[in-house]
Parts: sequence; C-alpha cells; structure tokens
Amino acid sequence: MTAAAEGEIAYRKARPGSKPLLQSETARGLALVSPPLLYALVLLVVPILVVIAHSFWTQNYLTIDRTFTLEQYRIALTEPIYRDLLLRSLFISFSVSVLTVALAYPIAYYISFRGGRYKSLWLFLITIPFWTSYLLRVMSWKVILGYNGVLNSGLLGLGIIDEPSTALLYNSSAVIITLTHAWAAFAILPIFVSLEKVDRTLIEAATDLGDGPIRSFLRVTLPLSMPGVISALLIVMIPTVGDYVTPKLVGGKDGVMISNAIQAQFGKALNWPLGAALSVTTMVVVTAMAAASVLLLKLAARRAR
Amino acid sequence: MKRLLERWLPAYAILYVIFLYLPVLLLPVFSINASAVPKFPLTGYTLKWYEELPRTQALLDAAWNSLVVGVASAMLATVLGICAARAITRYRFPGRGTAHGLIMAPLVLPEIIVAVSMLLVLLRLGLSLSLFTVVLGHILICIPYSVSVLTAAFEGFDASLEEASADLGETAWGTFRRVTLPMVAPAIISSLLVSFTISLDDFIIAFFLGGTDATLPIYIWGQLRFAAKLPSVLALGTLLLVGSFALLTIAEILRRRAERRTQAPGVSLA
Repeated sequence: MTAAAEGEIAYRKARPGSKPLLQSETARGLALVSPPLLYALVLLVVPILVVIAHSFWTQNYLTIDRTFTLEQYRIALTEPIYRDLLLRSLFISFSVSVLTVALAYPIAYYISFRGGRYKSLWLFLITIPFWTSYLLRVMSWKVILGYNGVLNSGLLGLGIIDEPSTALLYNSSAVIITLTHAWAAFAILPIFVSLEKVDRTLIEAATDLGDGPIRSFLRVTLPLSMPGVISALLIVMIPTVGDYVTPKLVGGKDGVMISNAIQAQFGKALNWPLGAALSVTTMVVVTAMAAASVLLLKLAARRAR
Repeated sequence: MKRLLERWLPAYAILYVIFLYLPVLLLPVFSINASAVPKFPLTGYTLKWYEELPRTQALLDAAWNSLVVGVASAMLATVLGICAARAITRYRFPGRGTAHGLIMAPLVLPEIIVAVSMLLVLLRLGLSLSLFTVVLGHILICIPYSVSVLTAAFEGFDASLEEASADLGETAWGTFRRVTLPMVAPAIISSLLVSFTISLDDFIIAFFLGGTDATLPIYIWGQLRFAAKLPSVLALGTLLLVGSFALLTIAEILRRRAERRTQAPGVSLA
C-alpha cells in the first residue's frame, strides 16, 4: 500500500509539465480513441483502399501491371457469369433481408409489448441459436433439406409425398431459408430496441381519439419503430450479399453467389485485380440497393399514415 | 381484430422460437444416433461418434489453435474496445462520430470483403499467413461487439463517482483503476466471452488468413467433404454448442449484474 502510494505521489510530481495537455477534454478523448481507431485504419481502411487500387490494375501471371484501366470493371459488369452471380447475390440478400425483417417484426413486437417481466429471458432465448457455430447451422439445414434429409424422410413417413423431393436443396431458396434463419437475431434486436422507445401514451392517445388497433399501429407504432426496421434491414442486407459458406454448402450449382467468384479470383484463378473489382462492385451495388430500399421504406411509411 | 392478435401473437412467437431452435437441436439428436446417415427414423443410441473425437490428432491440434487464437483475440479486442467505449462515452472530441463509425464498420461490411482486403495487403507485404494473421483479423471483427457491450456499461456509469474520487485526490489513472474498472468489470468479462465466442465460431477470416494452420471451423469444413465423417462432426458440433451456451450464459449473467450495478437499463448484443 505505502509503496504504491509513494509511487503515485512520485508519479504525480513528475508529471506537472504534461498536465495541461492531458487535462484537455479533446486531447484525452483523442488519445484514448486512437489505439482502436488506428487499428481500424491500418487493418480495414488501408486494405480497402489497396483493394480499390488493385481493381484499376491488371495482372499477368504473377506481375501486377499498374497502368490505370477500367478493364476489370468491364469484365465484372458485362461478363454474363459475373453479372448473373451479382444479380443473384443481390436478389438473395434482398429477399433474405425483407423476409427476415417481416418475420422478426411480430416477434419483436410481442416481446416489447407483451413480454412483461420475461423480456430479457425472451431476448436471451432468441440470441442463443445465433451464437452457435455458423458453419454447423448451415450444415444442419443441409441435413434438413437433403434428398435423404429430415424433411424428406419426415414427409415420406407421414405419407405426404411418395418419393424424396430434390427441389429442397441446392438452389437459391435453400440459401434464402438458411440465411433467414442465420440472421434472425440481427433483425429482432434493432426492431425491439426501437419498439421499446415508443412512448406508450401516444398509442393510448390514438386509441382514445378513436383509432382502432390497426390504425393506431399503422399511424403510431410502425412509423415510430421505423429506425429499427431500417437498421435491421441494413444489418442483414449488406453482410448477406457476401456470404460464402451458405451458397457453398446448400446452394449447389444454382445457388452460387458472388463471394464464391471473389474467392476463386484470390485463390485458384489468381487474378487479384478482377477479384478486387468484383469486391468493389459488390460493395457499391449493395450500398446503392440498401439506400434505395431505405428511401422506399420511408416513402411507404409516410403513405401509410 | 384485437382478440385475434392476442391469440395469434403468442402462438407465432412460439413457432418462431421452434424455427430458430430446430436446426440447432438436430445436431445433438443425430450425434447420438447409431446410423451414419442423419435421417429419421432414428436407429438407436450410441456414443461411438464422441469416442472417436479425442483420438483424432488433427482435431486436437485445431482445437488448441482455436483456443490460442480465441484467447489472444478476445483479450486484445477487449483492451481496444475499452479504449474506444471509454473515449466515446466519456469525452467530447472532434471526429468522435466518424471514429465510432469506423470502429463499428466491420459489423456492417460483408465479412468476405474484410478478409479479402486484409489478405491482399498481407500478401503484398510478403507476410506469411498463420495463426497470427488470423488473430489480427479476429480482433478487427470482435472490436464492434466489444464496444457495444462496453458502451452500454460505460454509459450507465455514474460520473459523480469519478468526480468524487478525483476530488479526494486520486489521479486520473488511479480513479480509472480503482473506481471505474471495478464498476465495469462484469461488462469487461462479458466482452471477453463474446469476443472469444466470435473468434471460435469464425470461418471466413480463418479460411482466408489462416494459411495452413487450421482452427476448429476450418477443420470442420475439411471434414464436411466426407459423408462418412458427418456424425463425428455433429458430435463435435454438439460439444461446441454446449460450450458456447455455457460461455454465453455466464456472459449474460455478468452483463445483467453490471447493468444492475450501474443502473443502466438497455440492451446489448450479448
């Protein structure tokens, strides 16, 4: 104790010169935020800038030609294979995000408005499956949807179908189902948080003024929870466009997505500039789609009122 | 209408939870099923798939790698997370919003983009891929979760306690160590556990940045190619499931204790 106290006094005495600087709010905040910020800059921002740079170059076997060219983007946007993969990825991530949000809204509403004292238990219950191995959850869906899978053998056993269906696995719908399951928690939490902030007295007021439950929901609850719906939509839409594991395991030939092509360019095909251009294109296009969806949603919410 | 809602909403909630849990619960069911093919009807009870696990050297190596990577990533991400959460909740400085956004960015970026960008830089720098590069990537994707858990704790923190400590002659560091830190300790442990779980579960970063060093998800990915290996993978998956469940329950209990201690109502991702 005494040694520590003495150490502190010595420390304090030795420091007066630096004190004014450290006492400034701004300087302290900046000093504190700089380690994580530098980390993000060095390992995220710089690498993304490097990827963008590469997307304007070309590669001949192992040498990179640094002459500026838009050739990679021409390939990424006009070659049928990449164009189809990109469109399919956009379609899948759009469907998944809309479906996830639509399925998540009632449950978030239920927890927020009817959860009572079990609210945190419900939330815990819903987040648990999300924390189990992603790979294994996708694997599980393969087991469920497969030719000899759980769904087929169950339906056969019940006599609903005569022979196993092959339509369940290895297509875009299998990818959509799996991703909708995988991202559920990401949609529920933001919607729940925004529903919690809805002032309950406003709903009472709407009811007192003669609005039925549907009208008061459409005119009070839904518009007020829109921020949560929007962040849920974005938090599902943007990451799912680049999902790699799900299309690889349950997508088959008809469910391949753009990430599988990106991986190939950085792996076997060894064409970094093309891989970079595909990555940049994906990011830009998905951002545009997300922005358009948000705009549309806001317009729709205004119309509903 | 109102009646209908009252009746159907709970039913929907229960169905939804079943939808969430069904795929997860199939793992333990088929991991103790005698048949090597996972389908109904079940053929009998066995533990042979579990008995195989400790005899597989590649699996033990992968588990050890995952443990090392997980512990290193969780500790470093939490240290950086503490800095970020503290700076954002306690101080006002120019560029605070931008800094926050940048630090949280990995949460809303496709993970493959994060992985590929880092891979490109590492390869261009001529660095060899190893567990170390996996840790670098995992820290990056764990920080946002760590920050969101810790921000909740720091926000609910009563600043007058720190002022009191400063008034009584404690230095800034002393106040932080002896007042702030003990108050947010449960959130810190929660952040460590959540980060560890994310690292343990991550496939994409380990796949791109791991080189020849395999973590558990990479080992599992390799096994998925062989249909005959499926039951052992399911057994391994069940063990991981139980492990993550235990860790997250502890994290949740600690988070709630922290919440009560700092009196901050709110929700975190954990």
